[in-house]
Amino acid sequence: MNIFLRKPKGFYDVYLRSPASDKTNTHYCPGCGHGIIHKLIAQAIEDFDIKDRTIMISPVGCSVFVYYYFDTGNVQVAHGRAPAVATGLKRANPDSIVISYQGDGDLAAIGGNNIMQAANRGENITVFFVNNAIYGMTGGQMAPTTMIGQKTMTSPYGRNIYNEGYPLKVVELLATFEATTYLERVSIMDAASINKARNAVRKAIQCQIDNKGFSLVEILSTCPSNWKMSPVEAKKWIKTDMITYFTPHVTKDKINERESHKVEKIRLNSEETKSKLDLPEKRDLVKIDMSSVKEKYKNPRIKIAGFGGQGVLILGNMLAIAGMEEGFNVTWLPSYGPEMRGGTANCHVRIDEKPIGAPSVAKADVLIAMNKPSLEKFEKEEYLESGALLIYNTTLIDIEPSRKDVDIIAIPATKMADDMGDLKVANMIIIGAYMEKTKLINEEALERALQTGVKRKNLMDLNKKAIKAGMDFVKNLK
Amino acid sequence: MPKIEIDANHCKGCGLCIDACPKKVIVFSEDINKLGYHPATPKNEGCIGCGICFYTCPEPESITVYKEDKSA
Repeated sequence: MNIFLRKPKGFYDVYLRSPASDKTNTHYCPGCGHGIIHKLIAQAIEDFDIKDRTIMISPVGCSVFVYYYFDTGNVQVAHGRAPAVATGLKRANPDSIVISYQGDGDLAAIGGNNIMQAANRGENITVFFVNNAIYGMTGGQMAPTTMIGQKTMTSPYGRNIYNEGYPLKVVELLATFEATTYLERVSIMDAASINKARNAVRKAIQCQIDNKGFSLVEILSTCPSNWKMSPVEAKKWIKTDMITYFTPHVTKDKINERESHKVEKIRLNSEETKSKLDLPEKRDLVKIDMSSVKEKYKNPRIKIAGFGGQGVLILGNMLAIAGMEEGFNVTWLPSYGPEMRGGTANCHVRIDEKPIGAPSVAKADVLIAMNKPSLEKFEKEEYLESGALLIYNTTLIDIEPSRKDVDIIAIPATKMADDMGDLKVANMIIIGAYMEKTKLINEEALERALQTGVKRKNLMDLNKKAIKAGMDFVKNLK
Repeated sequence: MPKIEIDANHCKGCGLCIDACPKKVIVFSEDINKLGYHPATPKNEGCIGCGICFYTCPEPESITVYKEDKSA
């Protein structure tokens, strides 16, 4: 006498991850459909000998603890996000077999868009969609797949088509997507149906092993506890009430038509990727002479404000990158409206010898005001420290700063930029002024920042000229 | 003769195997197991080793089916 059928090896012998004292029984209710479906999957994993390369994805729902049971790789994901995580896992490890196990609340409600996009991309993953027409774990609320007239905790008079619409037919919906390969609806209502479900589970996994693309099996399952039925009655209810609407059938089978296509493994840090990204070579930090930087200009909290389009954000960005090239800790926090030009823009920059806790600058040590409203607003005591450095653009600001307790550089940046032939380099003139005044950022560091930040290389010379002009302006003030 | 074994302490007494068995050779036990259920128990006389009980049972460890190896 030989063992013909026994616990599949796709399961752990003992469920050590379960916190329960009984580590050999599942946590499911008596007669729960999950156990039956788990068994079919575990058996397929054993028979295909793919245990060591399978990654099961546990959803949110009663089957959140899939990782207790399956002796495979396991990831538990946020509600409905299994197809997105599966996509990442599969693309990063094309040889793995990624199985997403999801319920109807998870897949059809909160994760509705996730499954549609993954299916539409034709991801080479396998999804087992367990449809029991209800939210089981949370106590039996109505799901998108709840049957017409079915009473649940949140549809106590029964699902009404005029109020909640019709149950969502997931496989039929996904069949309309060009990229899907294999879709079938099965049930576990009787022995013959379970056998069909077993075959469908195997076919779907085989589809992935052969790199044929997206496969999904919808399995009509039971929830005896929330349906308030005995397990035997629940199985009969699938037969009498569910399959009349959710017809079990092969919705789509293009396995034979599809070519085997394996995703290329994504190689991070490869030479090819690096050259495509146009990254600069690794190099040493720019050395600066901190003894020439006055104490009050060290570790500045900088606020830069102006109209959108004046280059306010890039001004801050360049300062931050240059600071980084010198080995400081830096942050750059932009704040702007949805317009590309016009509107107001400001950004907060911190350049610090110590790690930075918060990137936002409530009260600044340095204020760069590119237009009048910015000066009026941010020179107020609540925004600007006493003894701070205030650089403002006199071309656009026809008033004097009211603060007398700060160092002031009044520079006609926009006028100077116009004289140089391009209004847009006003921001670079300001950077030059800031560099000359504080000595915190040197020219070499800024040039490196420009190389990463200025996309149009033909403007490089003009930018450098503008910076020089800004520096000279401050030198001549002395 | 094929036969099945049911591990009483892995049975939650849902009765699905009893309902599904084509030969009706599985019954509820009079005993109460450590989970607090009347577990299913095989009579085995008349078992044809079809495996239907195994596939209808939601508990991985509960039912084991034995059969003559025809290839031997």
